[in-house]
Formats: sequence, C-alpha cells, structure tokens
Amino acid sequence: MKQRDLISSVESALGQLRLDRRSFLKITGVAGGGFVIASVCPTALAAVSAASEDADEALVVTSELNAFIKVSSDGKITIYSANAEMGQGIKTALPMIIAEELGARWEDVEVLQSPVDESRFGRQGAGGSTTIPRTWNQMRRMGASAREMFISAGALVMEVSREELKTADSKVTHGSGRYMTFGQLATLAAKQEVPDPDTLTFKDREDYTIIGTSISGVDNLAITTGLALFGIDTRVPDMLYAAYHKCPAIGGRVNGANLDEIRTMPGVVDAFLVKGNGNVRELLDGVAIVGTTTYAVFNAKKNLEVDWDESQASKDSWTEIVSRARSLAGSRGPDEVVDKGDVEKVFADPDNTTLEAFYEYPFVAHLCMEPMNCTAHYRQGRAGEKDTLELWVPSQSPTRIHAAARSMFGLKPDQITLHQMRLGGSFGRRTSSEYICEAIEISKRVNAPVKLTWTREDDIHHDFFRVGGFQSVKGAVNSEGRLIAFEDHFIGMQTGGRAVSGSRFRATEFPIENIDNAYASKTMFDISTPCGPWRAPGSNTSAFVSQSFLAEMAHAAGRDYLEFLLEIVGEPRWFQEGNIRSLNTGRAADVIRLAAEKAGWGREMPNGSGLGLAFYFCHAAHIAEVAEVSVDADKKLTVHKVTVAVDVGPIINMSGALSQVEGAVIDGLSTMMAQKITMENGRIEQSNFHDYQVLRIPDSPRVDIHFIQSDFSPTGLGEPALPPLAPAVGNAIFAATGHRVRKMPLSEEGYTI
Amino acid sequence: MSEFRINVNGEDHEIDVEADMPLLWVLRDVLGLIGTKFGCGIALCGACTVHVDDVPMRSCSVRVADVVGQSIRTIEGLAENTHLHPLQQAWIEHDVAQCGYCQSGQIMSAAALLARNPNPTDADIDAAMVGNYCRCGTYNRIRKAIHGAAGLMTAQYVNAAEVNA
Repeated sequence: MKQRDLISSVESALGQLRLDRRSFLKITGVAGGGFVIASVCPTALAAVSAASEDADEALVVTSELNAFIKVSSDGKITIYSANAEMGQGIKTALPMIIAEELGARWEDVEVLQSPVDESRFGRQGAGGSTTIPRTWNQMRRMGASAREMFISAGALVMEVSREELKTADSKVTHGSGRYMTFGQLATLAAKQEVPDPDTLTFKDREDYTIIGTSISGVDNLAITTGLALFGIDTRVPDMLYAAYHKCPAIGGRVNGANLDEIRTMPGVVDAFLVKGNGNVRELLDGVAIVGTTTYAVFNAKKNLEVDWDESQASKDSWTEIVSRARSLAGSRGPDEVVDKGDVEKVFADPDNTTLEAFYEYPFVAHLCMEPMNCTAHYRQGRAGEKDTLELWVPSQSPTRIHAAARSMFGLKPDQITLHQMRLGGSFGRRTSSEYICEAIEISKRVNAPVKLTWTREDDIHHDFFRVGGFQSVKGAVNSEGRLIAFEDHFIGMQTGGRAVSGSRFRATEFPIENIDNAYASKTMFDISTPCGPWRAPGSNTSAFVSQSFLAEMAHAAGRDYLEFLLEIVGEPRWFQEGNIRSLNTGRAADVIRLAAEKAGWGREMPNGSGLGLAFYFCHAAHIAEVAEVSVDADKKLTVHKVTVAVDVGPIINMSGALSQVEGAVIDGLSTMMAQKITMENGRIEQSNFHDYQVLRIPDSPRVDIHFIQSDFSPTGLGEPALPPLAPAVGNAIFAATGHRVRKMPLSEEGYTI
Repeated sequence: MSEFRINVNGEDHEIDVEADMPLLWVLRDVLGLIGTKFGCGIALCGACTVHVDDVPMRSCSVRVADVVGQSIRTIEGLAENTHLHPLQQAWIEHDVAQCGYCQSGQIMSAAALLARNPNPTDADIDAAMVGNYCRCGTYNRIRKAIHGAAGLMTAQYVNAAEVNA
C-alpha cells in the first residue's frame, strides 16, 4: 500500500509532464511526508516542496465548472476524460483540447477517467477513429464555456469589463497586467451563468499553446510502475475467479460435462453448465468454472470433457471458401454496386491495354495483449429491493451492455454501475458484450463478485475476426498510358443476409470517383464465423487490392507510379464540399507528393531493393506511404524504412499522433507478414502465439512521419495509417524483385522477415 | 496445497498454494501484484517477465515451487526506494506506451539487459527484447527509451563520481 500512496500523491504531477529532454523526472521525498515528482533542478525542487507544504495547511475548495472541469482553490484543474482509452491516446488528447480553450496551464491539470454516464458526458464509446472528430467541438465548448465563466468572475472581482480580460496560464489577466488565478476565482466562476453554446468562440490554431505539442500520456506513471489500471487488474473484496469454455465450433450447444470431476480439482469452487441465448455477441452455451485463483480455473479447464451438440454449430471451411472464390476469378457478381460510363466498351477497344488480377486476403485475429475479461458483481436485492449489478469493464462500448442486461437479466440502467477500465488493446475487438454477459451470468449464479478471464486460446478461438475475402479486378489504360477504366468483383462474407464488418464494398472506393468508366459487383458467401471491426475495417484490405493493382496498371503502361497516381487523383477538388469523409483530391495530391519527396522517390536503388508507394483515403484521413525494402535470394524481406505523409487536419497531441502512425505501420506489416486465421468444420485452427505470430522488435522498420496540418476539422488517427502499408510494401517488393504480391499474408508466398 | 516462502521485491511472503501454480498467478491473484501481466501462458509474449535472481524469466511458465529461496523482482519493485528506475523515467519521457499492457514486461526485460550491459547497441537490444511482443507497435520508442535510460544511468554515475570527488 505504501507504493500506492506514493504513486497517488505523484499522479497529478505526472499529468504535468511535458516531453522535455531537460526535465528528467525523479521521485523525491518531501519533508512532512508525501512525495512529489519534480525536476532534478535543486531550486525547482525546493519551490515545489515549499508549495506542497503550504498546500497541506490550507483549506482546499473544489468547484465544478461543468461536467468535464473542476477547479480547486489551490489551482489544481481536474479534467475528466469520458471515452474508452485503448492505446489511441484520447485520455490525454481530449483533456488537452479542453485545457487549450480554457486557457489552462497543462502543469496544473490532472486527468481522471470519468464515471460512465452518457446523460452527463455524451457518448462514451470509442471506435472508428471518430472520437476526436465527434468530440472536437464538444471539448472546445466545454473549455470555452468554463473560460467565459472565469472571465465573468474576473470582471466582477477586478471591476473591469469582460472584454478587457483574457485567460492564459490558468489566470484571468487584464490588459494592464493585473491578474487573478483560476484557483482564486474558481468558487465565483462556478456561480456565473453558463454561456449559450452558440455564443462561444474558439481559439485560432496559431494561438494554440497546448494543442499540437507533445504531452506524455496521463497514465504513463501507473503503466511503468505496475499500478492497477486495466480491466484484468480489477480486484474487489471476496472476489472469485472464473473461466468460461465454449464449443470450439462456433455456436455449439452444451449437453453435459464432467462437472463432478472438475469440482474436485484444487481451488475449484463450482462448475456448471450455462445455457446461452444463442446470440454470439451476448451469451453462447458453455461451461463455467469458478475458483480461488485464475490458475485454478485455467487448470481445471484443461481437464474439461464436454459433450457438445454441434448440429447448429458453424461448419465453415476456409479451404472451401478459397476454392469457391477462385472459381469466380474474372467473372462478375450477381449484385451490381457501381456502373459508371462504359467499361465494356473501353475493354473491347484494341487500342487500350487491359489487365486482370485476382487478390486474396485471409481472416485475421485481434490479439489484444490483454485477453478478454470482465469483473461483475451481481447483487440479489434484499426484501423489496431491486437487484443491482456492478461491472468493471475494459470495453470500447461500455453502455452497449444496457440492452443485453435488460433483455437477459431484466436490469434497467439505473440498476447498473459501470466502471470504465483501461483497455490493453482493442483494435475494434471490445465492441461486443459477450465476455461481459458471461461474467454477469457467472456472478449471478455464484452470488459473488467474479473476475472472468479468457485464456489466450479462448481469445483466438472466439474472436470477432477481420473478415477474409477476394477481389477480382480489371483495368484499362489507353494508348497514352492513362487509366480509363476500373472494374472490381468483390467477393465478401455475410451472416444472416447481412454483410459482416469489413465486407462492404464502397461505391466511393478509389479510383472509382476519379475516372469516367467504372464497374463494381459483389458476391457474398454465407458464413457463421463471427466477424467484427478490425483496425480500419474494409479499408485494411481494399487498400491492398486497389493500390497494388493500380501500380500494376502503371507498370503495364510503362509509367512511374507516382506520376500515374497523381494523374488519377487529378486536379484539386472536393467530391462533397464540406464533408471531411469525402475525398479531397488536393489534400490527396499533397500527401502523395510529400511522401515521395521525403522518401527520395525516383532515386537509383541497388539490386534487390526497391521503393513502393501507396495512397489511401479513409476515416477522413489522407495518407500516403513509401516503403523501402530489400529482398534476398531466399525471399527474406527487410523493410528498412516507411515514410508517411499524413493530413488529418490539426494534430492534437503530437507525441500521440506520431505513436498512432508508427504503430499502424508496424501493425500493418505484422499483419501482412504472417498472420492468418483459418477454420475447418467451424473450428478455428490457430490458438496462441506459436501459430499466430506478431512482428518482433528486430523486424520493426524505421518510420519517418510528416504531418500536413491545416484548419480542416481533425480526425482520429487510430486506424487510417494502417491501410496504405500493405500495398506500399507489396509495390516495393515488385520494384525490388519483379514479383507481384497478390495474396496476404506474405508467408503464403514464401517470404520471411 | 503446500506452504512456500518466497521473496518478492525484498519481502518474504508465506503462501499456501499448489506447487504447480505458475509464479504469475501467485503474484497476481495471491499477492495482488498485478503489474505483471498475463498474455499467452506459454512463455511466448513476454508480458509476464519478472527477474528471478536477476535473470529475466516468463513467470507464466515458472512453477512457484521452483523459485523458493530465490530473489524475485517485479515491476512494482523496480523503483529503488522512491526513485524511479532510469527505464521508468525514460519510458515516461519518450511516451513509449500506447495501450501499455505489455510495457511492464518490456521494462523488466530491458532492466535485465541494462544491468549486465549498461551501454547496449541496437543489436544487443534486439537480442534482449525479441521475446517481448508489443501489439501496438511501440518497438522504436522502446529502443529509444532503452538508449535514453542507458544515457541517464551513465549521467548518474558521472554525477555520483563528481560528488565523491
């Protein structure tokens, strides 16, 4: 506990850290007990110590300016971060936006995860790289509203007009230089009228002092010292541990199991069958094992013998899916998606050069480092009282549980307390509620708080996978080498008549909007394997196809891909003016040129080495990447460097933005290199890291990132830097070797890294 | 169940557990030291890395009965007294973490490296850190932070030498 006290006393100081090489951190004891984090500079340390001692003696009053902002009389500013943090950095970035508009000094800010209460904080899920664009104005309003209240309070106390005041550095300052601190004004400011949101104005980008700087993540001290933070770290009094075993063929029903034997195993408290509701996102049949440690239940789980009824279970076979899909190469699908101009006329013209290709990509898993888990405490109401439920959830969509809790357990939202925990990775995975429903059901059955933890094998077998698929593409260039037609037969997957996540072909897929003749159709296969969003759904595979195939077309036309691509992008125009989710060709051309320039596009490369360029637009982000690779005679691939040019509007946290882009590039390479999930007879064939591999540190490329900042509305960076990576590497392999990669992962084509 | 006495971060603990229980679950579920993470259970991801007599080990695959009498150090015991380890400082300064889940294992592997090699090359870092997965792709910042921590440690030795002089 001593360390916990130490850390909580310095946690607020952590929020103050700016990434400044001159100010190394140090934890130092302070006279009178307690500890502070301070600069190693002795005079600064003394000043902090003195302030700390004074503060101990003063009465501190905290005032709430709005749901997101509290300010204490000692000057401390508490900002709530309301959305799920999974590594995308919003727990730091969103409070930066508030602090900027408020006129706070970041060093005074402490960030706390807010309670889950959407009536107070607005939508609290996170996903689709939408949190930044969705909350950008909300966060600015929260900061600006509190700023105006401070100015009103300052005007009253200083007896000047509001127009003569401004906020900066956690102070309200008059033109004459007189000022009062936020701490001094907080109580009065909280009593001022809340301004009409329509009257609020926001700072200009050139006046920013926080947005656009690099701020170290607000949880970094806890992360580096091993403090409880993630869902899996939850410990509550009298908590039991649980494992849950489901049918390896998705959707199998449970008939029975060797429960008597399991119950006698060391540390096992109970074992029982669970009948689910058949909804893969809520509760499937299984066997629950409850015990005194995670080890006890994992160990017992290995000894389970279960009688499954697989009559309704998945029979999916990857081998069969592949052979059916390959038989469709070169054909058109039954459902037309795009019909623009006349591609057949173009393809029939002998003066044009046409090219066809068939591209393949597999199912892949999420593989969050923190396996799925949830802690639930279902309390039966005593006489006349309602039942209640308390949940500690690492979820991207914490309030999504409300619908399932109502239908399955008869609980209304006011009976449920949710604690949003940090997510040890998500990438779209933790948007479903089944691991939460399983924990609730088990807690209810044993009448105790229960932490359910999935094994890694559970985590892979019962993922909601990135869907695999196929595209048969065709294109034509005219005698001048210009792209004049593009056709795509998209072969995707559906369940219950609905396309699964990532299997929807977009009519705006590049380059369809940019050329006169385009045709797209689709064929959908029925599958039972659960699929879900996976970092840039749809885009993470379509980018590979379109940007590889366009480079093939450039080669067929005897042209340089940079020049060919810029010609397709065309003159600057915005297909839907004002809609940041619509392609802006001016922004596209700018990132393509910048990436090419920074990567030294066109330079002479040694034998066996090559550069590959790709551009993609998704999640309102224009991003171009150039990969520099070499390939040896044994097909050993080295990715030396990836140069990335990004336009997502203004950058909020520079350090976080760089991390997201670099992480997406490395994740993209990891995925295209060797990752593949296959299934036969409904069973997932991979189970752990030995047969599903992640890129390791020696193979991590250098990543050189360049942002074009602008006044366009910002968008999130969790996803969009991933899609261009695969085609950039594929195009670079072609430049290095002359071999065209049309199938992921690269290990299928004999490549190693 | 059997009784064991193990030493974690300099403190002795009397525990009564199965002899086969992996050290990981003793740390997390019995002692409440949740900084050491569960990732795969088969010693392939490195999230559970701790030091056993100063050697980095995957605690998911080490039986508790096999570490009796040895000195175990976890991420919670890396800071000395109230001073963060240079790696912890560097990890914060370089803002290494994304989701952060693997980072305690990364830091423990790096700490073992710096203890035996205070000025590692990139190749030394590759060799020492190859067993630690990071799904978020923070590898390049991990490398920078290890170099940064090595520099910080050297600077501290220099300072100490100046004080002694």
